[in-house]
Amino acid sequence: MLEKTRETTGFVPEEVILVKLGEIVLKGLNRNTFESVLLKNMRRRLAAVGNFDVKIAQSTVYVIPRDEQADLELAAERVQKIFGIVTFCRARVTEKSMERILPEACRYLEDTLRRCKTFKVEAKRSDKAFPLTSPEISREVGGALLEAFPHLTVNVHQPDLVVRVEIRDFGAYIHGEPLPGAGGIPVGTGGKAAVLISGGIDSPVAAWCMAKRGLELVPVHFASPPYTSERAEQKVKDLLKKVSEYAGRMFMFTVPFARVQEEILQNCPEEYFTILMRRFMMRVAERIARKEQCGALITGESLGQVASQTLQAIACTDAAAEMPVFRPLIGMDKSEIVKISREIDTFSISIQPFEDCCTVFTPKHPRTRPELSAVLEAESALDVEALVQECVENAVITRISPV
Amino acid sequence: MQQQMTAGSFVYLDNSSTTKPCLEAVQAVLHSMEENWGNPSSLHSLGFQAERAVEDARQAVADALSCRSEEILFVSGGTEGNNLAILGAAYARKKQGTHLVTSAIEHPAVLHVMQYLEKEGFSVTYLRPDAQGRISARQVWEAVTPETILVSLMAVNNETGVLLPLEAASQAIREKKAPALFHVDAVQAFGKIPLKPESEGIDLLTLSGHKIHGPKGIGALYIRRGVHLAPRIFGGAQEKGKRPGTEGTPLIAGLGAAVRALPLLAAEEKRIREINLHLRRRLANLPEVTLLSPEDALPYILNLSAGQVSAETMLHFLSSKGIFVSSGSACAKGKTSHVLKAMGVPAKQIASALRVSFSRMNTIEDADRFADALEEGLHRLVRRR
Repeated sequence: MLEKTRETTGFVPEEVILVKLGEIVLKGLNRNTFESVLLKNMRRRLAAVGNFDVKIAQSTVYVIPRDEQADLELAAERVQKIFGIVTFCRARVTEKSMERILPEACRYLEDTLRRCKTFKVEAKRSDKAFPLTSPEISREVGGALLEAFPHLTVNVHQPDLVVRVEIRDFGAYIHGEPLPGAGGIPVGTGGKAAVLISGGIDSPVAAWCMAKRGLELVPVHFASPPYTSERAEQKVKDLLKKVSEYAGRMFMFTVPFARVQEEILQNCPEEYFTILMRRFMMRVAERIARKEQCGALITGESLGQVASQTLQAIACTDAAAEMPVFRPLIGMDKSEIVKISREIDTFSISIQPFEDCCTVFTPKHPRTRPELSAVLEAESALDVEALVQECVENAVITRISPV
Repeated sequence: MQQQMTAGSFVYLDNSSTTKPCLEAVQAVLHSMEENWGNPSSLHSLGFQAERAVEDARQAVADALSCRSEEILFVSGGTEGNNLAILGAAYARKKQGTHLVTSAIEHPAVLHVMQYLEKEGFSVTYLRPDAQGRISARQVWEAVTPETILVSLMAVNNETGVLLPLEAASQAIREKKAPALFHVDAVQAFGKIPLKPESEGIDLLTLSGHKIHGPKGIGALYIRRGVHLAPRIFGGAQEKGKRPGTEGTPLIAGLGAAVRALPLLAAEEKRIREINLHLRRRLANLPEVTLLSPEDALPYILNLSAGQVSAETMLHFLSSKGIFVSSGSACAKGKTSHVLKAMGVPAKQIASALRVSFSRMNTIEDADRFADALEEGLHRLVRRR
């Protein structure tokens, strides 16, 4: 592969990213699909960073720069956010000869080794044609490092650094500790789902959770101008942009929702406002989901968090949708949700103080334990089908991508 | 809306937030960036030409204030001007006293500086407005003591348009023999009412470019000859060392051009007053609307409470019709107005308060279009409970 890159561009990469695949290696016959989706996701995500080859061999994905401009630092940042990757590392690539491996190991890991006191070398030889065995390679590299860095000692049980040398088909790779990847399974292998996204803390986290399980996302956002502002919608776009760094590019549906809310306010008892509104959201989202070939809905509901998220209220909301509804946050505390939102960097956007369609008409005393029969009774005052139809027809589509 | 904006059919009534740059200012900025881009400190002729442009703009501002050009310092805008004036005056005079006087309805660029100085050991008297938002001459007179080292008042309040009693302040300082400097935040007043700091007993005066159809990021501070300010920023010798840093020549040229393009103030105020009165008459037919600006306020600003509809909702509704106003002051972006609160306006009225602000680019038709749209909004929009 290295030879091929050299032939086509004349550029010889000195450093690559090695990616170890996660769960997907366990998935039997589906493995090929999963691998090809992951490679496609990686190629698309890395294309914005520079010119890279992304190839798979021996359960390892290689990310190889094709020219000088391809920034491996940026590529590593992207790789860290791609689902389906358990660990990854940057590695020095050299010819498969001890004459090259020994000096390169000393040079490549110099900064790290100067900060360590102890180390050990782990060598792996998957190219059995290489003349030295793995223990022999370890010994030689260890000796060279001890000579170059006299402050180091070998500790095979708890070393500060494990220096890894891999002799693979295409070359020899030298690297330190691999970094944890984003885990999960590649986005798109699990099908598509529509996620109801508000602008709060929870829904972006819910979206992220399900993308992690391989779902491609179709965000549906309900906007209520003039009761909500352009900035509120921009906030949702900013949130989704963050999520898309993990979940890949997506197409958001912005549904104009003020009319529905006005109708509910004017025709139904105030205490049922939120439940009725959420039932409309489910219906509209489901209608869009079907058009977009989605198999499920995703919401950020967490049991008992607010009046509309009690067991009874969720039952009433759930009854409006036929599709399965995934609620990945249902058993989480707010603090756990916040923790994830900080990790995926959506928290600081979520807490911007713009009203969204959920907060703008909050009733003073909402029903916490609504009966479905009473909700249906209240809803019967409305022309549900016409309102839903209007919402779906007037939805605006926006492309969201990480860059 | 994008369409309306490009078609020029929108109605901009948020001129106290910012104004549309006038052609003269735009051309001056462009010229400075395309042709006259030298560093005014450079000795060669390109530098000399740039310096000429800066001094020309300085003269324009000085002419508008009937002062000498060496009394004008270019700064980045109202906020920096206010900070420089208040901090510079307080620290220059702290040996003579530690008492400062200001009002509770100042811009945050004054109020927050005052709060900082309180933490630094100064004491500040905040004059409270009456229900109409006015500060009386008597209040100012009584607040000034022989220990007062600075009085800082805005000439015109940015939310209500109320005029503050500047004359009372300079009179009190003079007659009580207070060792005080008098600073006027004239960001909303400059270019609308005549200001003559020298004869009005004003020592420091702040103005801003983008409120008078000039560029953003530029303003000026008038410092009366002989008044010493403790420096706040340190660097090169630009602006006599009081505001070091390479001069923002394009913005300075733009400010100068905008100042030169100002109309005759009295005639323009009269025209704006007619628009204001027309709008007041139209709004009198809407029982939900309460006017929060008193009639003797500067006519460029009209604050009103739009019944039960929240200000933000009404603002977005108007915005969807291509009519741009603000809720409270734009700097606060949705925060509750401290000015209306200090006036004792009920919370519900504050929540629905809109500020309409005019400029020389507005017409009576603009007022009508606003009134029509407001009326439609009041009928259409669901009231907040």
